Amino acid sequence: MATDTTPERPAPPAGDAPAPRPARTGDPAPRREGAVVNFFSQGFLWLWALAVIIPVLWIVLSSFKTSREIASDPLGLPEAMHWQNYANAWSNGHIGDYFINTIQVMAFSVTGTMLLGAMAAYVLARYEFFGNRIIYFLFAAGMMFPVFLALFPLFKTLQNVSLLNTYTGLILVYIAYSLPFTVFFLTAFFRTLPTGVAEAAIVDGAGHYRLFFQVMLPMAKPGLIAITIFNIIGQWNQFLLPLVLLNHPDDAMISQGLANLALRQGYEGDAGALFAGTVLAMLPIFIAYIIFQRQIQAGLTAGAIK
Amino acid sequence: MKHGRYPFILSFLALPVGLYAWLVVLPFAQAFQISLTDWSGSSNSFNYIGFDNYANLFKDDRLVLPALRHTGIILVVLPLVTIALGLFFAFMLNLGGRSRQGRIEGVRGARFHKVVFFFPQVLSVAIVGILWKQVYAPENFGGLITGALTAVGAPAPVNGFLADKRFVLAAVIAVLVWSAVGFYLVYFSSAMASIPRDLYEAGIIDGAGRLQMFFKITLPLLWDSVQTAWIYLSIVALDVFVLVYMMTPERGGPDTASEVVGGVIWKYAFNHAEQAFASAIGVVLFFAALTLAVVSLRFGPRERIEY
Repeated sequence: MATDTTPERPAPPAGDAPAPRPARTGDPAPRREGAVVNFFSQGFLWLWALAVIIPVLWIVLSSFKTSREIASDPLGLPEAMHWQNYANAWSNGHIGDYFINTIQVMAFSVTGTMLLGAMAAYVLARYEFFGNRIIYFLFAAGMMFPVFLALFPLFKTLQNVSLLNTYTGLILVYIAYSLPFTVFFLTAFFRTLPTGVAEAAIVDGAGHYRLFFQVMLPMAKPGLIAITIFNIIGQWNQFLLPLVLLNHPDDAMISQGLANLALRQGYEGDAGALFAGTVLAMLPIFIAYIIFQRQIQAGLTAGAIK
Repeated sequence: MKHGRYPFILSFLALPVGLYAWLVVLPFAQAFQISLTDWSGSSNSFNYIGFDNYANLFKDDRLVLPALRHTGIILVVLPLVTIALGLFFAFMLNLGGRSRQGRIEGVRGARFHKVVFFFPQVLSVAIVGILWKQVYAPENFGGLITGALTAVGAPAPVNGFLADKRFVLAAVIAVLVWSAVGFYLVYFSSAMASIPRDLYEAGIIDGAGRLQMFFKITLPLLWDSVQTAWIYLSIVALDVFVLVYMMTPERGGPDTASEVVGGVIWKYAFNHAEQAFASAIGVVLFFAALTLAVVSLRFGPRERIEY
């Protein structure tokens, strides 16, 4: 990951503290220019930081207000902590059920994506055979397809094999639609692994399968972790696919369930429960983000950086 | 090691390739086929009608033409604004700091800014949609911006920003930029970190200001990353729909003022039961994406600069 300051020096002390070295012979002109630029860059950066923080914080505050307060006093602090919103979101809004649904599906879909993706990528990266390039290209091209185009035929395909409105169907679809990026990225990763270790293992008599599971997979761990994070976030946030492929409201995934809650809020006017539900849905992502922010940033931008 | 090579390859590829072919490649191929028919999607009968759907597509000034116009606008504005802001912030974070003894360095709190800026990227579109719908809401529903505008005595749209034809598209684009900037900030930052510091120090000795250094050193060296970002954002722009679905009245309104191509495909496929027509629009979108990727790869930057 990028470092913010020059790597060869220890990080400079934060703040306006004088430079550690007493050299004060620098030109005064660039010094002043530096201060002005510093002031402006800090200003703009803080402006954007606030544009991110304020809406999020505001929804968190609003989730503790009564629905009447939300409409009448949007800018104020909640009069009292209205925890009832959270109880409503959890029980009437079924946010808790949607959580469990999503975790159930993702336990299989993420594992499946990583296993199938790693298998395909490994073979494509390390074995020469007829059709190798075509299969690789077919996977890579999948990253560009607009998913709308496939939604209806996909709906019909699942209907024909009675997998519509089932988690099995959704899991298979999640895996299939996560494969292009996973294969594309992991193929590049497997190509960079050194051949020496593999050759040594072959000399020791390891077969193709043992070579993959006991030598190559452990060596590919950094790439696998980055792409697992990418897939977890992508599938957790998936919205269109469950919207089309799961029709029973009780089975909904978290994003879809939240959208249903938003729709119902339009009729019932319980904005407090909606915001509480939104905060609940945001919370696990937020906690995971704070703990793993470096890995998440690396994982999500990994695809772009080759 | 030649032994058992092909059975191994086959056993590793069969499942992923089979699943991918069945659930991704085949549905896309079927969509192409459907676009040449008059299939409604619900019955089992259909006729092949050639390219009629494509011809009619450009006559549909009720939904398709406004959608093409709006998606076109997003396609230009979203990459332009996001990349400009991403580059600007990345430059500020990495090189905008006070220069001490002629050195260039990152600003204070760069780590913090990165963490904050990137956060919208991990939020689902559903959450972002709910969040911003309320931020843009009319004053009597407790909107943040309308409330703040009224509080300082400025005029605010009575029905909020999303129910106003003049503002709705800009409001949607602003949210798209809001979610995307952090990603490109981090992306450009890592690219900038790989530019050797000597180049900047040499620039300082030659008396270059920060602006000059940005345009003469940073930008040319980042051109590859900018190009990649452009392709990514273009694909995002073509796929915009869920946010419109979550935020706007009538899922593209008011009065088609925020209609996008993805939404029109959705409406024809799932609301109007005109599956063939919806597929034709999708195929056009597909070729638009393909053309974009090819063009930007073909006519992108000049030769690569080695350093």
